[in-house]
Amino acid sequence: MINSFPSIKRRPKPGLSPESNDQTQTQPVSFELKRNDKYYAWLFLGPSLLLLSIFVFYPMLRTFYLSLFLTNSFGEPTVFVGLQNYIHLLRTKSYLASLQATGLYVVGVTVFTLIGGLLLAAVANQKVRGIEFFRTIFTSTMGVSVSVSAIFWLFMFNPSIGVLNKVALWLHLPAINWLTEPHWAMVAVIMTSVWMHLGFTFLIFFGALQSVPKTLYDAADVAGTNRRYQFVHITLPMISPTLFFVAVITLISAFKSFGLIDLMTAGGPTNATNLLVYRIYQDAFVDGNYALASTESIVLAVIITAITVVQFKLLAKRVNY
Amino acid sequence: MENTLGHQAIIRRRVALVLKYLVLSVLALIIILPFILGLWTSFLPTTAIAKGSLSGVMSWQNYQEAFTQTPILRYLFNSLVISLIQMFAHLFFASIAAYAFVFLEFKYREQLFYVVLATMMLPFEAEVIPNFHTVRAMHLLDHYAVMVIPFLTSAFGIFMLRQAFKQIPWDLKEAADVDGLSHWQFYRKVALPYSRISLLTLAAYSFLGSWNQYLWPMLTTFSNRLRPVQDGLRQLHSEETATNWGLVQASAAIVVIPTLIVLFWGQHYFKSGLNEGSVK
Repeated sequence: MINSFPSIKRRPKPGLSPESNDQTQTQPVSFELKRNDKYYAWLFLGPSLLLLSIFVFYPMLRTFYLSLFLTNSFGEPTVFVGLQNYIHLLRTKSYLASLQATGLYVVGVTVFTLIGGLLLAAVANQKVRGIEFFRTIFTSTMGVSVSVSAIFWLFMFNPSIGVLNKVALWLHLPAINWLTEPHWAMVAVIMTSVWMHLGFTFLIFFGALQSVPKTLYDAADVAGTNRRYQFVHITLPMISPTLFFVAVITLISAFKSFGLIDLMTAGGPTNATNLLVYRIYQDAFVDGNYALASTESIVLAVIITAITVVQFKLLAKRVNY
Repeated sequence: MENTLGHQAIIRRRVALVLKYLVLSVLALIIILPFILGLWTSFLPTTAIAKGSLSGVMSWQNYQEAFTQTPILRYLFNSLVISLIQMFAHLFFASIAAYAFVFLEFKYREQLFYVVLATMMLPFEAEVIPNFHTVRAMHLLDHYAVMVIPFLTSAFGIFMLRQAFKQIPWDLKEAADVDGLSHWQFYRKVALPYSRISLLTLAAYSFLGSWNQYLWPMLTTFSNRLRPVQDGLRQLHSEETATNWGLVQASAAIVVIPTLIVLFWGQHYFKSGLNEGSVK
């Protein structure tokens, strides 16, 4: 999507524009510019490179460095242990459970966000009166931050006064201990996260649906195909780059979930929703085990970098449908 | 015969229309139910909410309490200041860096760009430990600066604006060179105005990103005077939830209403801006 901008011919061939014919006049200008460029480059790039070095590159290297040591309570390295931290981590049952829970959460959030977003976009892509009103509502969760979402949903999940259990009661279904039963707590955070992601996903999918050329559907109508056939054979292939793009964005965003977990479950019950980032926070800033937390950070960084690299690779291939 | 067929077609079309609206309404209701419940209960007395009742005497009581007894306004103000500073800093530092990558010629330009690109992949959450130690060593903890200085530039912004600047016809640059415009003049008079839409999109993206920050302010600020709104709500929630649902709901509503208004108001522009980016 982003890298598919048409490339613009940077330098016109000599003779195409009238100015470049006059060699004697442009020569000194470009010479002066070259000397100038170096000075400007330092000035323009300096601040960003400095900031990125201090707050992105250095911490990444430092995190890796710390993951090879044992650390004291100030986070300073004490004993070099090589890859022992990693071996220890991958043998820790509760960490493997965390990885598994994160996997479940991330896949759940991504799949349901994609399905929900696509459904909303398809429904909003009809021509009926008042459709603008519905489109506005569908985008509304974009304006909701993590804390507000968590608070609103916590109220709905409340076992005694929450709406969800009241509906269950009304339907003669058993009340659910949302947030205190491990499986339901996972369901609850996934639901909340999907809701939060829906607004943005809807907006992107809706834009993609609108950009599918109408002539394709007209031709398919003439050929006598039905709507479902058209959806599978025209709509999906046409919007597949967007689908893929949103899937990756949602996946990465879900991997980084922290606020929702912190407010809704604090990793519980019995670590059922103790996702990777929440665990890093707890190990580092609650337990003071910086070496372990650094090791976990590197695992997280590797996972997210791998997803991003795959995205870039596939996007470069698939965008030219 | 023909008449009844036409009649049936009309009925069928009506049923289809009703079904369409039914589906739209059900989906819309699912989406806005959390808002409606949150707003509704924010007007109810806490005693009623605690009993699990959704009816009671509606009043502004919770809002009055939120404004007078909690620092919610201060939280909002803090977030506004921090988000605006971050937004303008991103626009400035990312745009000059992007300018360098497109219009300046210097050694290792491509390599440096790949370095910036690489930073986009690294999750901030994985770098939080050394960053915390860095700002502690700089004595920035519990200070506005701690929420601003690490986020003054944006690799994503540089990447995005580089794409935008590349769209500027090279002829314009050559004409500017002939006219003797300096880089700074070309940046201000041509590059920036030419990329208005991208700049606005980055502004919205940066502002929202900053507004939604949660982990970093939670680690680095400890006083109500400085707390941004996400962290402030977390604080209110942990202090009041068990006893005062009404107050918590009202505080959440106070936070969400301005963003919803901006979103609905900016809707039209926002949609066209995003589409412009995604069509090609």
